[in-house]
Amino acid sequence: MIREGGLDRLDRAPRRSITVRSVITVSSSTLTDPTIEQQTDTEEELDIPWQVVVHNDPVNLMTYVTMVFQRVFGYPREKAERHMLEVHQQGRSILWSGVRERAELYVQQLHGYLLLATMEKVN
Amino acid sequence: MEICRRKDGLEISELDPFLAELLRQIPASTSIENSPAAQQRIFSAPTGDEHKEICAEWKIYVEPELQRLFRSATETVIADLEQLSGNEKTFANRSLIIPTEHADAWLNALNQARLTISARNDFSDGELGDNYGSPIGSRRDLSLFQVNFYGFLQEFILRELIGCPESSSA
Repeated sequence: MIREGGLDRLDRAPRRSITVRSVITVSSSTLTDPTIEQQTDTEEELDIPWQVVVHNDPVNLMTYVTMVFQRVFGYPREKAERHMLEVHQQGRSILWSGVRERAELYVQQLHGYLLLATMEKVN
Repeated sequence: MEICRRKDGLEISELDPFLAELLRQIPASTSIENSPAAQQRIFSAPTGDEHKEICAEWKIYVEPELQRLFRSATETVIADLEQLSGNEKTFANRSLIIPTEHADAWLNALNQARLTISARNDFSDGELGDNYGSPIGSRRDLSLFQVNFYGFLQEFILRELIGCPESSSA
């Protein structure tokens, strides 16, 4: 199985603070005294999703690629096969889109299975 | 050579010396040393050139994890291949058993080997898709045969140990 080292890596990655988002937490015992926490995320992470793309590769077996899609993304066989055929016939397929950290983790897992995978910002 | 499913794995028997040697070459074939093309394929970039920072972090934090994963798979295969050590004359009576729990390691190591050999030789899509090619007459032909033979083994492992239906190259 693929070891999930991506989150550990992200913990050590430098944090950039661009956008400040306020979260108000109301305590049940002291309704008049709300706590304001500051949570920082980059603007990119909040606003622009990333997509995970798998590219065609004449060496990897079709069965193997389908199995990897089922394992990594939890897709049922039919959906995994549709993506595999899209890779085969059109050269690439978008497997997933969402936040950057998750996209990085998926790409790491796909590289662990030796598929040609990249992450791109959604246009 | 015969391959049959056993309850605890896959048994490859009646090995002739040539195919036995190809099996023993799996670990060596995963080496990407002195081949920038193979290095680039096995450790491909996670994103385009416009995201240099992501690619730089990837090299520092993710590639060592991947290296460990690939090495671990290869070491499992090396240990299983110990079954083939010894005098070549006795291969006819010898068999190699791939335990079910080692199926993922074998798939990974075979994939490393196939991708590395293909990158080193810069095989075209046409060459890789030609499963009924000419007899082995050169080092390049032998490498192509190796890629196809390892792919054939992967298909068996996928079908018999992982439970996937048969197909061809993507």
